[in-house]
Amino acid sequence: MEIPKIVGAGLVVIGAGIGIGRIGGSAMDAIARQPEATGKIQTAMLIAAALIEGIGFAALFAV
Amino acid sequence: MVNSNKPLQFIIVTLIACLPLFGFSNTVSDSIQLPTETNVTVQTAAPVATDEASEIKEKIKEVINHHVLDGHEFSLFADEATGTHYGFSLPIILWDNGVQYFSSEKFNEGAKHGEAVAESNGNYYVLHHEKIYKTDASGTLTGDEHHPSNAKPIDLSITKGVLTIMVVALLMFLLFTSLAKSYAKNGGISSGFGRLFEPIVLYIRDEIAIPNIGEKHYKRYMSYLLTIFFFVWFLNIFGLTPLGINVTGNIAITFGLAVITFLITNLTANKNYWGHIFWMPGVPLPMKIILAPIELLGVFIKPFALMIRLYANIFAGHIVLMSLIGLIFIFKSWLGSSLSFMLSFAISIIEILVALLQAYIFTMLSALYFGSAVEEHHHEEAH
Repeated sequence: MEIPKIVGAGLVVIGAGIGIGRIGGSAMDAIARQPEATGKIQTAMLIAAALIEGIGFAALFAV
Repeated sequence: MVNSNKPLQFIIVTLIACLPLFGFSNTVSDSIQLPTETNVTVQTAAPVATDEASEIKEKIKEVINHHVLDGHEFSLFADEATGTHYGFSLPIILWDNGVQYFSSEKFNEGAKHGEAVAESNGNYYVLHHEKIYKTDASGTLTGDEHHPSNAKPIDLSITKGVLTIMVVALLMFLLFTSLAKSYAKNGGISSGFGRLFEPIVLYIRDEIAIPNIGEKHYKRYMSYLLTIFFFVWFLNIFGLTPLGINVTGNIAITFGLAVITFLITNLTANKNYWGHIFWMPGVPLPMKIILAPIELLGVFIKPFALMIRLYANIFAGHIVLMSLIGLIFIFKSWLGSSLSFMLSFAISIIEILVALLQAYIFTMLSALYFGSAVEEHHHEEAH
């Protein structure tokens, strides 16, 4: 098992985690400001999270 | 729950959670039996114990491979003690100077005598790692172990995945035609099981198609968007069943779906779309020249990302779920196995959400690409 491959895959997962975490955080702030827009914000958050996860799975091709 | 008695509910839930613990009544007796045999086996008892761990890992890998890879026969499960497979064989259709058609049962018969060789009209074929190669009567494979250099006939067989696609297509057809007919019978109101899908269809029309494609053109694309959404959703859900049918986790399938989106986008695009790619209006000339190859690359990369996103999400989900279930058998203890069971249960719930979400994302991005293909020209306003 090559170490650089595993380290690279770990970095990709960290990147995806930070990205989705930030989106979740902004979504929470937005919902706190305007609770009646919760539906739209949730939808947009899930879409952005799925897109980032799509890139994150590139990590799998390294291992 | 029907019973609103809280303590009783708690007891029932705890009993259900302890169900996997009852699966281990056999393993302790297995390792005890070894010393009762001859001296030779007693001396080799220690190495056998560690071999057992790697043997379990090998078996788990085999189960995972059987689940996620496409196969030429539908084997539901195999009885380890007697070695009999329960399942049914699927037809194999090859194109090799004429159509060769036989059942994969022939490979099984050959496997009993040695190599999995089948004979049809004087041609011999061997099944090696779920690929069919042309060979002679004794099943010789030239080349190295993983890449035999025998000739391969064109394989058009009905494999597990193809059968599942046909079943899902039939299911969708029956479901939606009966839903459509029920509108006529009841004067504008649907009835029957299909009522569940009416709000979903309306959601796709009002929240996905119209905002992205626009009022004028959305009707042309609605049938494709609806088909893709329910097709991907049902196939993802089928993959979560223990039958071991993994269709959307197969890159060939998602490649086909992405190619269809690509073709529809580019064949129904208007002049503005191509104008935006090759000669982006509203930017200075040097930028136009730089943007042209990037946009052209984008035309291919966007459906490519669609393919990879769906494939990787579903494939990775299956691998993680199967590995966690395999973890139950590696931890042969009460605590470890029950924790693994609960973790794999939680991951299964997430996978159900991912099934719906990935179908939604695929549909929404397809709608987005169609929208950019039929966008009208906006006149730039000078502020």
